[in-house]
Amino acid sequence: MISPTENAMLSEAELTKSTATVYTRHARNRARVGVRLRIALPLLLLVLVIAFSIGLYVGYQPLDLAALKSDPIARAVFFRLRLPRVLMAALVGASLAMVGTALQALFRNPLADPFTLGVSGGASLGASIAIAFGLGLNLAGVPLIFIVAFVGASVSVLLVYRLARSGGGTMLPGALLLAGVVLNLSASAGVLVIQYLASYGRALQILRWLIGSLDVVGFDLIWKMLVFLIPGWLVLIVHARDLHLLATGESDSAASLGVDVRRTEQMVFLASSLIVAVTVSVGGAIGFVGLIVPHAARLVFGQDVRVLLPASFLLGAAFLILADTLARVAISPGELPVGAITALLGGPVFLLLLKRQQRYSAM
Amino acid sequence: MQSDLTLKQSTRIAGPDGLTNGPLIQTRDLSFAYSSSPAVVDVSLALPRGAVGALIGANGSGKSTLIRLLAGLLKPVQGEVHFNGASLTKLHPRERAKRIAYVPQSTSTVFPFTALEVVLTGRSPYSGRFRFESVHDEQIALAALAALDASHLSARHITELSGGERQLVTVARALAQEPEVMLLDEPASALDLKHRTQLARALRRLRDERGITVLMITHDLMLLDSVADLIFAMKCGRVVASGAPEMVLTDRVLGEVYDAPVRTIHSEGRTFVWSEL
Repeated sequence: MISPTENAMLSEAELTKSTATVYTRHARNRARVGVRLRIALPLLLLVLVIAFSIGLYVGYQPLDLAALKSDPIARAVFFRLRLPRVLMAALVGASLAMVGTALQALFRNPLADPFTLGVSGGASLGASIAIAFGLGLNLAGVPLIFIVAFVGASVSVLLVYRLARSGGGTMLPGALLLAGVVLNLSASAGVLVIQYLASYGRALQILRWLIGSLDVVGFDLIWKMLVFLIPGWLVLIVHARDLHLLATGESDSAASLGVDVRRTEQMVFLASSLIVAVTVSVGGAIGFVGLIVPHAARLVFGQDVRVLLPASFLLGAAFLILADTLARVAISPGELPVGAITALLGGPVFLLLLKRQQRYSAM
Repeated sequence: MQSDLTLKQSTRIAGPDGLTNGPLIQTRDLSFAYSSSPAVVDVSLALPRGAVGALIGANGSGKSTLIRLLAGLLKPVQGEVHFNGASLTKLHPRERAKRIAYVPQSTSTVFPFTALEVVLTGRSPYSGRFRFESVHDEQIALAALAALDASHLSARHITELSGGERQLVTVARALAQEPEVMLLDEPASALDLKHRTQLARALRRLRDERGITVLMITHDLMLLDSVADLIFAMKCGRVVASGAPEMVLTDRVLGEVYDAPVRTIHSEGRTFVWSEL
């Protein structure tokens, strides 16, 4: 044991001596962050590969490799429909899960995700407006629906941020979620009004889009999404350390450790809005992926946000591929909306987390 | 006790006069206001290098605001904070984090990080954006916990710790930053007697062995004369008295600072302070 009086403060000689004991005692609990990441990434890549294979194999017609070689129709179905769809599920799942992790760290709230904070709602409203006005067109190759949804998502995230921040700069967890709920309700009301006012055909289009589906033909849309998603992902990864520091304390602590809090917030808001806008424009509001996946990753890989961001990216991809596969085959030959599956899984998880959070914070 | 006294005197002679080494932190006419209400008004102070300073005053007298200004977390409305002779605003935030550690009044997180993970964040100013903490960083973090007699907390979840234990972890994080100055906002408010003594001893040892400068807000006036070299007393956003403990810890000064009938007794080299009911 180290006697407190003998343990000289951080002096080099003492440091080695005093920590020797402590160090062995805590060998098991050493931070091992780098190690954790080195274990997490290959493991999750393996999970993703398995999910990918399942997603490609399972379907209305199970994958038949022989037919794929000989039958041009089977080949078309596989390469124009099933492969793009599995890829789409991977992109959307990875994106939503990573944004969820980032928002949870930024708002220091385990219940935060694009859906609960109303960011998806804002994007949905934007996308509905775009469809109602026939803006499903392209502007110089960029689907306009992306841009309008982006505006909706950004407005939501800023509103939620403003509403949840007290005068002193601390986040109020209760206010944050309430603001999210109110935003979601307002956005849904907005979507209803637009649907009501829009022409019959457009209204139907909105409804069909709202239900949400990862159905896609060919890779065209996927390339376009990647143009927006990749910069968004990179911004989040670049801010992983800052998000980690924000998650361990509050903004003052992070600032005193050298984090430019304002700038981090802006960049993460921007990236999250962009990512959510693109995914919602394409797949509709698929809820709770950004909530369940980060917490699943936490259970296995711990709390370090620098590990969680890439981990939830990979796990989110695998998760949505599997959820979408289930959606495709559950009531075959019909199809369930994938959002229904994630919501059915996510609702209980959310309630469980809510119960757990009450222990930590009275607010 | 004896050695402490001589050390205190020597720093006092070297410090405020600024003859041997200039003040580490200095402000002139520093002011800050939240929206419209002024919180810090025309504060001019100098904290000598290697001194343990204490900031006292009634609730709402502007102590926390002042310490956040000194930490560079707030931008003054008027005046400037000088660190080591240069404007604090010129220092890059990460460079600042290597020199100035700040311990907030209370810290909370909803995520069950281990105490060691939290202390390790104190090392982040020293490592690159995409680098994880090294084994050396871990040693420093563990030594910081050990210095506060808090090694047993290292694997515990921060969300399960008591308020006092969390305070220890936050102070340990500041130690892990290996700063030149530590600014602490009521670091001992939730600590029990043993850990309060432990913290005071650690701060004194930091000053003696590493020349670390400390400024801490405290309401524990009894602790001061054995720890602090200098006391700054605030009232209504102004520093109304400053000096050695025996100059500030008097019936008259404290009575005015707290607007209450305060009594002091000096005995056996200690000052005892209480308030008349």
